Amino acid sequence: MPEQKHGEIDAHSGTPTTGHEWDGIKELNTPLPRWWLNTFYACIVWAIGYWLVYPAWPLLNGYTHGLANWSSRVAIGEDLNELKALRGDMNESIATASLAKIENSPELLAFARAQGSAAFALHCSTCHGAGGQGSKGYPNLNADRWIWGGTLEAIQTTITHGVRWDADPETHASAMPAFGRDSLLSKSEIANVADYVRTWSGNAPPQSADLAEGQRLFGQNCATCHGEDGKGNVELGAPNLTTQVWLYGPSKAAIIDRIQNGGGGVMPAWSGRLDPTTIKALTIYVHTLGGGK
Amino acid sequence: MTTVQLQTQDDSPDLPLYVSAPKVYPQRVHGVYRRIKWALLIVTLGIYYLLPFVRWNRGPNEPSQAVLVDLAHRKFYFFFIEIWPQEVYYLTGLLILAAMTLFLMNALAGRVWCGYLCPQTIWTDLFLATERLIEGDRRERMLKDAGPWTLARVREKTLKHFTWLMIAWWTGGAWVNYFADAPTLVHDLATFQAPVVSYVWIGILTFTTYVLAGFMREQVCLYMCPWPRIQAALTDEYALNVMYRLDRGEPRTSFKKSLALRAKGEHPGDCIDCSQCVAVCPTGVDIRQGANLGCIQCGLCIDACDSIMEKIGRPPRLIAYDTDVNVARRVAGKANIFKPIRSRTVLYGTIIALVGAVMLLALANRTNLSVSAMHDRNPMFVKTADGSIRNALTLHIVNRKPMARRFAIEAAGFDPAHVEAVGATKGADGWPVVEVGPDQIRELRMLVTVPGATHPPPKQDLAFTVVDVASGEKAMTTDNFIAP
Ligand code: SF4
Ligand code: SF4
Repeated sequence: MPEQKHGEIDAHSGTPTTGHEWDGIKELNTPLPRWWLNTFYACIVWAIGYWLVYPAWPLLNGYTHGLANWSSRVAIGEDLNELKALRGDMNESIATASLAKIENSPELLAFARAQGSAAFALHCSTCHGAGGQGSKGYPNLNADRWIWGGTLEAIQTTITHGVRWDADPETHASAMPAFGRDSLLSKSEIANVADYVRTWSGNAPPQSADLAEGQRLFGQNCATCHGEDGKGNVELGAPNLTTQVWLYGPSKAAIIDRIQNGGGGVMPAWSGRLDPTTIKALTIYVHTLGGGK
Repeated sequence: MTTVQLQTQDDSPDLPLYVSAPKVYPQRVHGVYRRIKWALLIVTLGIYYLLPFVRWNRGPNEPSQAVLVDLAHRKFYFFFIEIWPQEVYYLTGLLILAAMTLFLMNALAGRVWCGYLCPQTIWTDLFLATERLIEGDRRERMLKDAGPWTLARVREKTLKHFTWLMIAWWTGGAWVNYFADAPTLVHDLATFQAPVVSYVWIGILTFTTYVLAGFMREQVCLYMCPWPRIQAALTDEYALNVMYRLDRGEPRTSFKKSLALRAKGEHPGDCIDCSQCVAVCPTGVDIRQGANLGCIQCGLCIDACDSIMEKIGRPPRLIAYDTDVNVARRVAGKANIFKPIRSRTVLYGTIIALVGAVMLLALANRTNLSVSAMHDRNPMFVKTADGSIRNALTLHIVNRKPMARRFAIEAAGFDPAHVEAVGATKGADGWPVVEVGPDQIRELRMLVTVPGATHPPPKQDLAFTVVDVASGEKAMTTDNFIAP
């Protein structure tokens, strides 16, 4: 300990004072414990080492890179590569196996579902909902009605090229005409078609309905795509109108709205954004949600 | 209760507010309690170092180590018991048992765990014995430490620290053996092929053992360990404690004086103030000052004092395991009483018995097969194209047998045609059949469909029974069928 300049000793505690005094209160010179000081010095040494080894100082343009030349970006890249290596074998199997084979192998299925579920949460859940339950205008992927087909291959195609996604030449195109907006059908005609269409899914038509007229109009305007019996056509993305699953709701008003305005939903093409293995995993995941054909 | 006022230095005004802890130089001692401590030290250390090498045949695909914490597969093996991650409640049970046993020990004999079984005590004892062997006993060590550094001393100290480090290293090495197949790991460690993490852990544990048992010793028991604080709050006046029987020892006088007094027909105390009890104490306590939190109930002072009593021809056990109640009763001229059965010992004993029984029962009844169900929340149900209502669930089927097994999944209350499992085939009677690998969990997505025309109630019980096709072993889980 350095020699005490103000060698006054506090009578009560026997400790030297620092010589500082405020309003009669003197400050005791109680040194910090040795181990504490040593820890403190060790921290300083550590900090200096840290400055040197790691990026520490911001510069006008850039920063000091440190001796280790470490950066969090590179570290993440390494982590990702490690992850890829870890998943390597399984990914390889997913990439090479056929969709049907993946689904029939418990191991591959579990892996693909896990990977697909993560990718779904990230990319698809915004529109289709966390569990693929969909909402108005966004198909419920748990149900078994498929506009563009529910086989493994059809689902893969849809995810890869999207729906009405102009940037992809192979995208699912075709849209329903706006029969009302473009004055192809009158209001009462549309109402009759709606009443007629709804009978397929077991909805009793109102008294006023003219089902024969509805049937005639459907045959003339709608049957080309949806088929005479309303069973739809997955080639054209024309929904099956005879089921209990309605993309825009089962009410008469909702159906009138569709006939009135036509059109159809849009889904991005995921090729280019997701690698083929991820798309495969997504396909398996969606197919096993419950609606797969 | 009568207390005898003792002169202590604690309230002397001119002591500084802080004194650093004096170094304790425990002296060698012989006697009953020392022998018990040696025996326990050998048994506990023997178990610790050798247990990982005990083999246990569990059949193919299973580790053959009797005690193994398999972190990679998240399983714990203990002889015939195999604990899966879903069963961590066994760990909870074990912790309760451990706590209650500690409480019970405390109710019966205070800090006795500390004195005989605590790892800190055991390793410190071992380190002390090494130190004594190399540097000599108390007096010698004190003299050497106070004296100058000589070559012989440097040699001694080096040898001591080297031996300590060897013990510490051995200790750390034994620990990692619990986490991998011990013979293989030892081989890999020796050939520098073991995973880095095992070297790191050996390093950490070597360091902590060396520092805690070599340098910090009683400081751990006095300042770092929470148990003295807790046990002080839990103990009572009936608990056995190492006690200086002041009713017999006081007034203390020197041996010569006491002889003289006795010759005159007077009755001096038996304590001849030889301080042997203090010299042997590993925590540096003077037991004659009364019950002390720093005392770890090791009984070494009893051995020390007994040997003195024998030499001066007085009856042994001036220091003994005794209770506050009895000291007070003897002072008041009453006979000793012992009450090991008190409400707290009964309570702890009952809890130990109950928890132990529950765990044994659970162990005896655990099966090699279990199943649990998790209902899809989002959506809870789906309307399918034909208007049926469908629920999706995930079943987790756990096969704890070391071979692959095939299971049929039967759902109570539903037509087999309406129960499907993704990726499963259908058995002869229509129920889905899946294979689950040895010691594996299979996740299975189940689709249960009910025709909408039957108007299912909004919530209906649903039970899945998993049946081993070969042996008929069953496990069941329940859930609900949800409809709009
Ligand atoms: S006082 Fe006696 S029993 Fe307590 S720790 Fe010291 S030697 Fe052991
Ligand atoms: S060892 Fe026994 S006789 Fe000696 S000082 Fe301690 S209590 Fe007294």
